[in-house]
Parts: sequence; C-alpha cells; structure tokens
Amino acid sequence: MWGWLLRRLGQIIPTLLILSVMIFALQQLMPGDPAIIMAGEERGDPQVLAEIRAELMLDRPVWEQYAAWLWRLLHGDLGFSWRIRQPVGSLILEKLPVTLQLGTMAFVIAVAIGVPAGVISAAYRDRPADWAANGIALAGISTPNFWLGIMMILLFSVQLGWLPPSGYVPLSEDWRQSLATTIMPAFVLGGGIAGVFMRHTRAAMIGALGQDYVRTARAKGLPERTVIGRHALRNALIPVVTLGTIELGRLLAGAVLTEQIFSIPGFGKLIVDAVFNRDYPVVQGVVVTTAVIFVSLSLIGDMLYMAINPRLRAA
Amino acid sequence: MTTSFQTARPSRSPGRALRILLGALPLLAGLGAAEAQTLRIGMRDDPDILDPTLSRTYVGTVVMTALCNKLFDFDEKLNIVPMLATGYEWTDEKNLIIRLRSGVTFHDGTPFDAAAVKYTLERHLSMQGSYRRSEIGAMGHAEVVDPLTVRVVMKRPFAPFVAVLTDRAGMMVSPRAAEAAGRDFGRAPVCAGPFRFVERVAQDRVVVQRYPGYWDAGRIHYDRVHYSIMPNSTARLANLQSGTLDLTEVAPLDAETVTKDRRLALVSTPSLGYGSITINLGDHPQARTPLAQDARVRRAFELSLDRKALTEVVVAGLYEPAAQPTAPASPLHVPSVTPSARDIPRARALLREAGVATPLKVSLLVYNTPQAVQSGEVIQAMAAEAGFEVEVKAFEFGAALTAVNNGELAMTLGGWSGLLDTDSNSWSFLHTGGALNMARYSNPVVDAALDRARESTDVATRRAAYEEAWKQIGADLPLIYLWQTRNVAGVSRKVAGFRLLADGLIRLQDVRPAP
Repeated sequence: MWGWLLRRLGQIIPTLLILSVMIFALQQLMPGDPAIIMAGEERGDPQVLAEIRAELMLDRPVWEQYAAWLWRLLHGDLGFSWRIRQPVGSLILEKLPVTLQLGTMAFVIAVAIGVPAGVISAAYRDRPADWAANGIALAGISTPNFWLGIMMILLFSVQLGWLPPSGYVPLSEDWRQSLATTIMPAFVLGGGIAGVFMRHTRAAMIGALGQDYVRTARAKGLPERTVIGRHALRNALIPVVTLGTIELGRLLAGAVLTEQIFSIPGFGKLIVDAVFNRDYPVVQGVVVTTAVIFVSLSLIGDMLYMAINPRLRAA
Repeated sequence: MTTSFQTARPSRSPGRALRILLGALPLLAGLGAAEAQTLRIGMRDDPDILDPTLSRTYVGTVVMTALCNKLFDFDEKLNIVPMLATGYEWTDEKNLIIRLRSGVTFHDGTPFDAAAVKYTLERHLSMQGSYRRSEIGAMGHAEVVDPLTVRVVMKRPFAPFVAVLTDRAGMMVSPRAAEAAGRDFGRAPVCAGPFRFVERVAQDRVVVQRYPGYWDAGRIHYDRVHYSIMPNSTARLANLQSGTLDLTEVAPLDAETVTKDRRLALVSTPSLGYGSITINLGDHPQARTPLAQDARVRRAFELSLDRKALTEVVVAGLYEPAAQPTAPASPLHVPSVTPSARDIPRARALLREAGVATPLKVSLLVYNTPQAVQSGEVIQAMAAEAGFEVEVKAFEFGAALTAVNNGELAMTLGGWSGLLDTDSNSWSFLHTGGALNMARYSNPVVDAALDRARESTDVATRRAAYEEAWKQIGADLPLIYLWQTRNVAGVSRKVAGFRLLADGLIRLQDVRPAP
C-alpha cells in the first residue's frame, strides 16, 4: 500500500512538470501580444511596448521565462498579476474557498440526486420510474447552464425576491447569506452533473444486478433492499467514484459560465479574465493549482476504490 | 430560521423535502436588503490597478472617481469647473497658473497643497509605465509658487492641458502614501476624494468608505459604496430589478426594460465617445486593396451606410449619427460637418469611376461582442447593395488589438469612449505618427490643422482649425465616423440625486437615499 502510494506520488511530479511546459508552449500560440494589450492607449508607441516587454521579461527567450517562473515556483512564489499587481498566490487563496464551496455544494447536489435516481432507475428498469428518471436526467444534461441560470435568477430573484441574484458572501462572514448566494449556481452546476451520475449509476447497477453474486444473495432470501444496497450498489459504485473524482475535479477547476452569470468570483472567472487580458502569471498559477487539485483527487479516487473493493488492495 | 436546512436533510419524502427547501429560500434572502447607507453599484468589468498614473481602463476610472478628486471637473454643458483647484490662468501660451483650494487633506491626513500637485504631475510624467505621460507630455515641469499656487511650465503650447486635468491626469495622490507604496500604490490608493479605499476582492468587489475629512462633505450622503463586478449585462439588470444593486450601467437594448419597471429610473445622456470604422491605409499585404488606395472607394463605402438605420437595429436608436469626433454639446463642435445620407446609386457610380470590379472583397474586424458583431453584419448587408463583399471577422479583444496594431485587416469597427477636449479624441488617431493612428493616415493639411487647434486657447480659432481638419478627413476618409454613443444607467427609485455627465463616470456628490 505504502509502496503504491509512493509510486503514485512519484508520478505526479513529472506530470506537473510536463503540464507546466505545456502551459508555456501553448501561451506562445495564443493570438494577441500581451505588451500591446497592457499598453492600452499607448500601444502605438514602440518605446512603451519595449518598456513593458522588458519589465515583464517578454523580450527574453521562452525557455528563460520558463526557467525564471519555475525557479520562483520552487520557492513558493507564483509571481504578480500583470494587470492588477496583486500576488498570484494571494489571488488564488482568495478564490480557492469560493470554488471549493461552490464545487462541493454542486457535487453534493449532483450525488444526492444522481446516485439514488440511478439506483431507482435500475431497480425499476423499463417501468415508469425508470422512464421518468431518464427523462429528467436527459433534461438535466441537455439544459444549458447559461439558460437555466438566467431563468432561475428571473424566477427566484426578480419575480419572487427570495434569493439574491448574484454575488458571493464568504461562509465565515455570514453562513446564511453565503448559502443564499451559492444555492442557485450550485443547483445549476449540480443539476447537469446529476444527470450524468444517474446514467452511469443506472448502467453500473444494471450490470451488477445481472451478476451471479446478486442472484445468490436473492436466492439466500435476503431482502431486496439489502441486495441492492449492500451487494449490487457497492460494486456498481466503482465506476461512479471514478466519474465522481473527474467531475469534482472539473468543478474545482471553476465553472466559467455559471460563475459569470451569478458573478461568483471563483477560479473560472479568474482564469477567463486572465486569458482575455493575457495576464500570464495568473493563467500559469491557476492552471498549476487546478492540476494539483486534479491529480490529488485522482489519487484520493484510487484510494477510495481500495476502501470500497478490498480485492484491489492486493493488486 | 437557522433550522430549516437542518430539517430538510433527513427528510425522506421528496415532496416534503422540496416544500421545506422552497420554504427556506426566502429565509436565506437577507442579502437583497442592502444596508440603508450603502450604495451598491454594478460594474461591467473588473478595474485594473487603482492608481491614477498607472490605470488604463474606463472601469478603473469609475472607481477612482469616488476615491480621487481631480484638479478640475466639468459640468453638463462641458464647461470646466473647479474641484481641488479654484481657478487657472494662462499667463502666456506656455505658463499656466493653477490656484488651489485650502483646507483639503488626503485620506492619510497629508495636506493637499502645491507641493502635492507638483509631485503628482511629475509622477505622471516620469514614473515608469505611466499611462498619463502622453496626455501631459507637453508639460515641462511644475513649480510651487506658494502653498496654494502652482505654475506649470509647458515645453510647447498645449491648450487642452486644463481639460486633460478633468480626467485621470488631474487626480491627485498623497505624496507621502505614494512614496511609501511605490508601484503598489494602486493596491490601496490614498487620494483626496469623498471616499477612501477599504478593500478589493479581484473580480468581485471594491468597497470604499466615506472620508469624514472630505472638503465637500455636505454633498456626500452614503457611508459606503460597494462596487460589484458583474460582466453579464442580463445579470446586472436582474440585480437591479431585484434590488441587490442600486445603480448600474445598462446595455442599450435593456433600456426599455428599465423604463417600464416602476421601481427603476433610466438616466441617459449623450457621451463624449463615438463609434467609427477605421480604414487601414498602411502597407500590410492584407490592407493593399482599392479601399486603401482610392478615396473614391472609401467614399462609396461610406455612402452605402445608413447610420440612422444602423443605430436603430443595433442599439434601439439610442446613439446619434455623427461625422466628427466632437460631441454636439462641446463648444468645439462644428455644426457644418454632418453625416452624409445613404446614396446607393452614387456609391455604385463612384466604384465604376474608380474602375473597381464588383463585388469588391474587404475584411472588417469587429470585437467579439454581440453588439459589435451585429453592427458588422448590418454594415455587411448595407455595403453589399453598393457592390462590396464585406467579410466580418469577429476577434477576441486581445487578438483584435494586436491585429489592428499590426495593420492586418482592411477595416476595423471600433470606437473611443471620449474625453472632454476634442484634441484627446482626434490628435492621436489622425495625426501622422499618432499613438492610436491605426489608419496609418498622414496628411500635412490635417496635421497642421490639428496642431493649430492644440496650440491656441481661443475657442473660435480652435473650432475653425477643426472644421478644416474634418473637411479634409471627410474627403480622405481614413475614419468613417458612425455615431455618438450614449451613457445609459439604471437607477433604483430608492436613490435620488444621481446625474450622469458626458463621460459616464459615477459622481457620488449629491447622490442620496430617496426620501
């Protein structure tokens, strides 16, 4: 187990290094010259452009920029935002709790709706409950977040006046207001993913319910609830956990459109604004942070498999 | 109130859970009711650095208007009025005396005086990366005459100088704070405006608090102002309608919704800005078209456009057709220069005269916003009738700036948010070698007229110079002016006293809770 964990950790470092090289390489392909964008109204003045390029090291070869960035990163310094001159590290720390809260809430909503719906759908296969669950799942997957978000704002905020239409209040400041500002975006995000969870759980459950051990459990006279909950679901959960770690990772990388509609200052908004403003230190910092979150979640997912299915521990 | 969510969790019946959840929503709704003395303003974008010297965005100026008073301001009729200065006088064409208000302090208690003005102006001029350098580049140096008098000595005559001081270049910073913070000053700016900086959360909010020592404190009626960043115009409108925002900029097509809502008022005023098509006359291979080479072809393109119809379709007719970069309210506006009417037969005749085979293919760069793309498509349809085949290319902002700067497209649909003096709206765009001369236009007649207009302080002389320039521009057409834009804001009826001036900035003087 420990050897396996060390091997996995050892794989993470080269993954992150390759990723960081890719960020730098892809940045070179992005259209638009950061110096011209930063220069604003002075962009026609070659002297101003030269000054900006020198200050931001844009006049140096890419490998040199990369080496300087990596050196600073190894010292825990992600650099400064070119646009607002704030340290990238503090910007990320500012957004991380927002994204964590929104992502976790959306994930909980998705699991709470998707997994039970998938189980019910598989248990009542080809019956009205299955059709209804499938219909709802399809609607959830195919409804654009942008549209659903606007509709929810119009209903719950403008018409009924129950919820604030957008903005964000930290949990530490006022938990009720914090929930009020995040419940709609979490539902919009989680609703779509719930459909995906439902479809995967249903497929995995149908597979598991056809297995010999389930037939044996039923033959032993176990109640159907125990057969489904303890025997079939436990095995069916393995692909769902894989999906869960991927979806949670995606949620924690920021949800661009939803954050935009609800004015939630999370990772999605941060990185989109940074890309549009060619604020490269912010782009690099956010991508590296989300990559770390992603690989950590993947590691946790693998550890969860072992907890769910002891046979994997021997492998 | 706090238990509703806890009861919802263990509930087994979906119907009951849903009822409890929906029932709990209004209980969470504490946010809608803002504190009585906080004004909540919606912003379309996140400001850049809040430093008058280093700032380059319009939204940054909106926030800094609350933080930093300027030496001068202007009124509804675009007359320059005193702010931190009480008056000015040109003793000759190169010497400007500015008299200052007494009893003013910066937010850190530092007194505002002639030394602070000298410090700020010279900071604009010499700080590395200053975006004010070209605005006040004609200034040589500043001298302290006495604690409340400054003499600005110009390197060359530059009449628009005082008008420039009604914008960011006129915003005064505390020398003590600026020296201590250096390039990080904009992270916690210290100025002499009605509000002082409290906090900023990037992409979320900027919060400012009333400064008790403000020299004109009687006109300030809110304790706090909360600027919320909301890039989506539909979300901004929804926030205004639900009462989460008190005041926000409104997209032109949302103006009617605001007008119909009894809880809201629409405040709208003609702006200093304009929309235009810039034609690339440079030598980039993609720009080497008959459009760049023959003024008759450009004239034919202009005659294919119906400016009025264009604004009707794109901005519900809110913008006014225009043919010059000066707002009609300005004393420098030239009434004899008017937009030409659409004339397709004449446009076709001009193309025949120029010997151009039709349809003539030309590329038009537009910024990737719904309004700009729609404008491009309407222009495409109009120009097609005259014999142009316009390829509309929508570019993301950063890519567009670079493409335009590098002269890669035949035409660009763009605009300028506008400043008080016509010089700031024309010289850089039309003068040979101007920093924003993306048309790569050069005509000695126009250069001379623009130079004459910036050297004289006499309004009639300046207007005559501009008339000459616009007539030549109308013949050469490096730019086709389309419309004068409008500032549009939606305001809650709970707020009184809000006025919008031509620059569209949010001035908080006299804005108060409605009785």
